[in-house]
Amino acid sequence: MVRCFLIHTVCPVSALGSGESRVLYSRVFGPDESVWSDQDRGLSPEERRLLQKEKITAVARQVRSAVSLYREASGRLLVETVPGEEALALQEADGGVVRLRAGDPFSEEMSALWLGVQSLGFTLVCEPHENLLLAEGTLRNLTRHCLETLHMLGQGSEVLLRSNRVDALLSRLLPHGQLLFLNHRFAQSLEKEVTAYLAK
Amino acid sequence: MYSHSSESLIKQAREIQESELQKFQSRLGKLLHGKELGHEAVDSLQRLHLILSATKYTRTLPPELHKRVKALLSSPAEQFQVLGSAVLRETLPPSGQEVNYNQENLLQLNSHAAALLLSQAGSRADLSSLCAQLLRSLESRQPEGPANSLTHTLPILNAVLTHSPECLTEDHVTLLSKRLVDWLRYASITQGGGAPSGGFFTGPRSRQPVPTAELDGTVSGDFFTVLCVGQGFTEDQWMNVYSFSMLRHWLLTYHSVSNGNNTADTAPANRLQLSLSLSLSHSFSNDDRSEVDGSVVSMVSATSSSSRLLPPKERLREKAFQYCQRLIEQSDRKAHKKTDTDLQKACLVEAVCILDCVCGEDASLVYRTFPCIKALFGRLSSDLSFARVLLPIAQFYLNHGEMAAVDCECVWKLVFGRFPAELFNNQFLAHELLRFLRLNLESLQLRVPQYSHSFPNLLKFLAWDSPAVVDDFVDLLPSLVTAGTAVELLHTLLDLPCLSATLVLQVRSTCLPISEPGGRGLLSLDAFRSQSLRGLFLFLLRGEAGSGDTINRLSTLHELLAETADWPRVVQCAQTVPVLLHIFFNTVVAIADEKLLAHLVQVMLERSSLLLNIPKYNKEIYRVFSCHLLRLCKLHPSLVVDQSNELLEFAGATAKVYSKEEIYTHVVWVLGEYLSVSCDSRCSVRLITSCFETLEAVLFEITSSAPPPGADCPVPRVVTSLMSALAKLASRSHDLIPRVSLFLSKLRTVTRGGSVAWCSDEEDLVAIVTRGEELWSLLKAPGVAQSVLTPPPLVTTPQWHRDANVAMPLRLRALTNLTHSQ
Repeated sequence: MVRCFLIHTVCPVSALGSGESRVLYSRVFGPDESVWSDQDRGLSPEERRLLQKEKITAVARQVRSAVSLYREASGRLLVETVPGEEALALQEADGGVVRLRAGDPFSEEMSALWLGVQSLGFTLVCEPHENLLLAEGTLRNLTRHCLETLHMLGQGSEVLLRSNRVDALLSRLLPHGQLLFLNHRFAQSLEKEVTAYLAK
Repeated sequence: MYSHSSESLIKQAREIQESELQKFQSRLGKLLHGKELGHEAVDSLQRLHLILSATKYTRTLPPELHKRVKALLSSPAEQFQVLGSAVLRETLPPSGQEVNYNQENLLQLNSHAAALLLSQAGSRADLSSLCAQLLRSLESRQPEGPANSLTHTLPILNAVLTHSPECLTEDHVTLLSKRLVDWLRYASITQGGGAPSGGFFTGPRSRQPVPTAELDGTVSGDFFTVLCVGQGFTEDQWMNVYSFSMLRHWLLTYHSVSNGNNTADTAPANRLQLSLSLSLSHSFSNDDRSEVDGSVVSMVSATSSSSRLLPPKERLREKAFQYCQRLIEQSDRKAHKKTDTDLQKACLVEAVCILDCVCGEDASLVYRTFPCIKALFGRLSSDLSFARVLLPIAQFYLNHGEMAAVDCECVWKLVFGRFPAELFNNQFLAHELLRFLRLNLESLQLRVPQYSHSFPNLLKFLAWDSPAVVDDFVDLLPSLVTAGTAVELLHTLLDLPCLSATLVLQVRSTCLPISEPGGRGLLSLDAFRSQSLRGLFLFLLRGEAGSGDTINRLSTLHELLAETADWPRVVQCAQTVPVLLHIFFNTVVAIADEKLLAHLVQVMLERSSLLLNIPKYNKEIYRVFSCHLLRLCKLHPSLVVDQSNELLEFAGATAKVYSKEEIYTHVVWVLGEYLSVSCDSRCSVRLITSCFETLEAVLFEITSSAPPPGADCPVPRVVTSLMSALAKLASRSHDLIPRVSLFLSKLRTVTRGGSVAWCSDEEDLVAIVTRGEELWSLLKAPGVAQSVLTPPPLVTTPQWHRDANVAMPLRLRALTNLTHSQ
């Protein structure tokens, strides 16, 4: 099961400290894990939400650090792409996986798969036994859709103001965090549904 | 991509004033009150969501508004369901409006409303109710109901299983097992025709049902799976996809047995069954396969035993087994689209993992499965693009290979040989392979003899992408430290940055043309490609330990790689080496005998002048060496006498005072502290005297003239350590005392004259001279000097209550506290 999907910055943000990341979209799947952990049992619902938000920020920070180290090591120059070049942007994207140790920040060990498209990162936090090949493919697909439907290669802020599109996308391609084995026909069928939703 | 406008939007959302927010909320409430909800409602809801989610502190909605938004969850327009769910997930229900999971009519839940319930579940009871309701809706569903209402059931149940498998009762599990069997094995094999876009040929005349097809276009000859395609899909085919997607998790949750159980208990009972299965699988797989066209008849259905008599759990296991075998067959077909080829790989991984799981539960399946897995391995092992598929196969071999008495040699050659050597730059493979090692450490150390010798290859992952995998190596390194390979491992760790540079050169040399006009890295690349120097690099790139601890021409190698010292990859790698060295030494201390420890001390002394010259790297390494030299000598004081030649050689080189003062200080300290008869009976007066003379010479040299050009003044600590060491040695061999006293009084005289060339700071000079005076006065009473300078262990490690002398005051104090406290 996928625990969460994030879209966050992987470039320096002036309002934040260095190494910090701004989370633009986050979706956590399933019940809140703090309800089941022994140490967090006494928390109020507000505190639980706060804890969850902080865990998300912690993941974004770790991925940001991984992305910048990766880019530094590979020494490749970032290619600026414009709207319309989504396929190229995806092809040029960096990808990797970060091991999140148990307790940092989730109670169990997790694998955070990431795709870095210029200044933004798309991250999928998966449980350890999950099929990472499938997760990788799903992440690429999700990223492609997000780039296209939210015109993310431009200067707009649609990711903030049209988050319901991402929600609808996730409800089809990653329902409640479930990775799906979709061949091209099934995928087409779901994408048709998403397109129909977006047309409204 | 990320613009200033986004940043300011977030700022606005966070800092919105209470009054403005209330106005906005009441306007939204009015909008939602109306009959027709349009774009303005959507935009306002979206803004409300941004305001709520932009801050980590919870904002609650006014009760009226909360109620209206909640009503959106059952709106006919999906957009409002999505927005309602998103908004409510970012806030908390006002008191009195909390969801009662028992009472709510959850039967007509859509996916988005269910997501909200799932995210706000506060207890196991809530989840149990939710599950019970979902399963009830599964059972009582009308056949003509909307297709989507069923599909989200399985993902939700899967999400619940992660945290709380007890939420499903035995009955639920049985019920769902039965449904899963139906969907996995008995989904329709004709194409669904649901799509209205049928083109010219849809009409009242019903078409002949068309069978589903395989990914290469041929007609499907067996039951439906995720690798079958059609123009449209029926509902049970959708459920087939959802069922398979959660199958592994289901089996792991409800079917997994710890590996220990299988071998001992079930062996006798299974023997008869095993021989039967063996004959069955052989007869079918060998004969029929050659005659029949693979696309029409699948072997899987033909080999299935009549499983109708099995209880639901076992039946599911059997069907899962068949499904996976079919997937493995189907993955051999040439798919037309790239996404389908990728899916085939993912299906192979999943299928092998599921087979591993069911074989763990029912050992008799091992004999039916192994031929298939072996064939798959044979098919894929030469193609490195399938490396990630071969890892679950390796796991299968590890778990069941022994039982099936299969030779796993070829598998380990791949995992420990080709993969690290050729795919070190594939970060996903690195992650998965290292995870495989971490999870199976004990097993691997037992069953794979070459594991402890494979570190030169495994470290290639670290050398290439240190930040991503250093965490894994922190866990794995202790298992790679063995007495036989410790020295070679130490050398390899110290040369990890060189390996990093070599790997970069290797990758570049395959990408770049032979002659590059004025490109970067030319010298080292030329060296890498030259015949005469190739051997040096090949040593670093070796795959196995055992061919030698290190090479003689290490300094040549370092010179050739000097220009790589600022390459980012090399620098990142260098930053991880100190941590790994600490782990190495901590581990080796527990398993090494004195001979090995002596060897390690030698290596430390040698290598301190043989490191790739990366800024800060050398200093960090010296710090690690100092720390562990001290530790080793403390644990085994006789090491100092044993290695006195090497230590004295090191201590006698005056240049080291200026370039390696950290480690030099420690060497001098251990010499002063442990070169005594009480530590090792082999210590002779002659040895003490020769050590004294060596240190004395250095001290004279550094305090009699200015430092050599280019070097700073010696660190004061070096001077005082030398003086203390000389004093300690003199206290053990009293003939030397006059020499020390003479030097110390001369020092006092010289420094009284003002500043000196070898010490720039006045305070430091005062400290040095004070120390000198203390030592001088101490040495006037030789008998006392020895026990003050080198106190016996009785004093330095007090035994508190175990010591007869120290215990009495402690006891009295404790009694006093007890009796006087009230």
